Amino acid sequence: MPSKKSKLFLKHDSSKVLPRLLLLPGMVIIALVFVYPICYALLMSFHKVNVSNQTWSFAGISNYIAMFKDQYFLKAMGVTAKFTVLSVSFEMVIGTLMAVLLNQNFKGRGFVRGIMIIPWALPTVVNAIMWKWIFNANYGAFNALLTQLNLIDTYKAWLARPDTAFNCLLFANVWKETPYVVLLVLAGLQSIPHELYEAASVDGCGPIRGFFKITIPMIKQILLILLITKTIWTIQTYDVVSIMTAGGPASSTQLISYYVQKMSFKFFDFGVGSAMAFVIMLITFILSVCYVRSMAKNGEVI
Amino acid sequence: MKRKRKKAAKQVMIYVLAFALCIYVLAPYAWLIISSISTKTDLLSKPLRWLPRKPTLENYLKIFLGTSGGTTSAANQFKYALGNSFLIAVVVTIIALAAGVLAAYAFARFNFRLKKSLFYSVIITQMVPPVALLIPMYIIYLRMDLTDSKTGLIIIYLSMTLPFVIWIMKGYLTNLPMDLEDAARVDGCSQMQAFFKIVLPLSGPGLASTAIFIFIMAWNEFFYAVNLTSSMTAKTVPVLITEFSSKAGYDFIMAATGGVLASIPPVVLSLVFQKFIVSGLTAGAVKS
Repeated sequence: MPSKKSKLFLKHDSSKVLPRLLLLPGMVIIALVFVYPICYALLMSFHKVNVSNQTWSFAGISNYIAMFKDQYFLKAMGVTAKFTVLSVSFEMVIGTLMAVLLNQNFKGRGFVRGIMIIPWALPTVVNAIMWKWIFNANYGAFNALLTQLNLIDTYKAWLARPDTAFNCLLFANVWKETPYVVLLVLAGLQSIPHELYEAASVDGCGPIRGFFKITIPMIKQILLILLITKTIWTIQTYDVVSIMTAGGPASSTQLISYYVQKMSFKFFDFGVGSAMAFVIMLITFILSVCYVRSMAKNGEVI
Repeated sequence: MKRKRKKAAKQVMIYVLAFALCIYVLAPYAWLIISSISTKTDLLSKPLRWLPRKPTLENYLKIFLGTSGGTTSAANQFKYALGNSFLIAVVVTIIALAAGVLAAYAFARFNFRLKKSLFYSVIITQMVPPVALLIPMYIIYLRMDLTDSKTGLIIIYLSMTLPFVIWIMKGYLTNLPMDLEDAARVDGCSQMQAFFKIVLPLSGPGLASTAIFIFIMAWNEFFYAVNLTSSMTAKTVPVLITEFSSKAGYDFIMAATGGVLASIPPVVLSLVFQKFIVSGLTAGAVKS
């Protein structure tokens, strides 16, 4: 169907076939690694799957019913919600403040900006091993530091108590994920014209009011996009849990991705696992639609 | 006078905070490096010695030569895992880049039906939870005999890298001026000749930053690798370094050593190509 718009492209639209050919390899791969497995999982979520002899038997919606009756699943949802809200809030607030600091003029600024990329680049596994070692109950650097500062008398098993384990996990995640916020917000801050602050300061506007009246509104779009993407990715957190706490103690750090993986690969219930995976996918899909909409608003025009 | 003092106080404050920030960012990683060059006696002493009495590279030798005493075979396997990781990351980078750039060019320069919905679908695929792909892929791989294979990992890594390439490169190519292509077309080049002779060389910096980006992504990946591999035929470095254990339990020193080695490629690449990567990150998250 030729539209008015396509006339503008006429010069480049030498053939209708070319764009399709260009898209072909990419779209074949996407169909293979997304469409096919997702349809497969949907089918699987309505079956009882026996992995050892590869037989399926139709199970209706019993997997979905089992899922909502599963207390560990419900608890994992709760833990994930708490973890996501806290982690993303800390990352956003601390990250924005760090970016504001790195936007000031001082000697060695390039160096400090430079090292911010290290936590981002670190493999998630290395991050988890590093913090597990630091929080170690018998020889950890955290215990040693607190003892040498006389803040605690004896070494404590930080990862063996539900409340402290959760906080350690949260800290390890925030440490690794904050620099991403810093780098993006910093890029946003650099695009704010300096005259805005000068004009405001002539009008008697202090730095704190300037932050809320000028800085925040100017980087609102970046913050919104960061908020949505960070939320989606944090819901999917797996590596750090699997290595630092394995979901324990008493499933206090059992995040949803970890539990769904366990349901499938430890309890070998791939049917229920698929049903659970679908629920997570639905939640992230809703968030993704918000994301695409906010991007479209931000001037992403095709 | 008062104003001057206020300014000086602000300046001091900035330096104090910047210093604190450096400590916060560097200290944990520095501790990992220190642990890897320390001896067991130093690390297990109480009160803890923060700097090793005699720094040693013994742990690094052990990991490459596999001559460890109590430690398991994980150390013997390190060099194989290194090879697997490198091969997988390179192949994923090449395939994702090749297929992704062609698709990105179609999105950037042509108009076709369903273009908008197709592009937004590509973006949304980046948000699909890995666990939702892993479960069906595992069953599919069992049937196709692709579990514990490098090919299997390469295929599933395309799911996280290809949409990313399409997205970033589409933005990059859209911003390239069309004049040169038009000139080439007037001179009798076909659209594809213009693409290979003009567009591709011009997008060198964009391609380079995207390549570094996806290499790091594939190199660091753990979730799929730990669930889909089980032997040295396909196990990658991130999986292997979680397996260092001895009779006394988890061997933290060897894990720290492996961790430092695993982090060298991504950390060095991102420090060297920082400018590229930051502009890539920015282009990815926000179009302005």
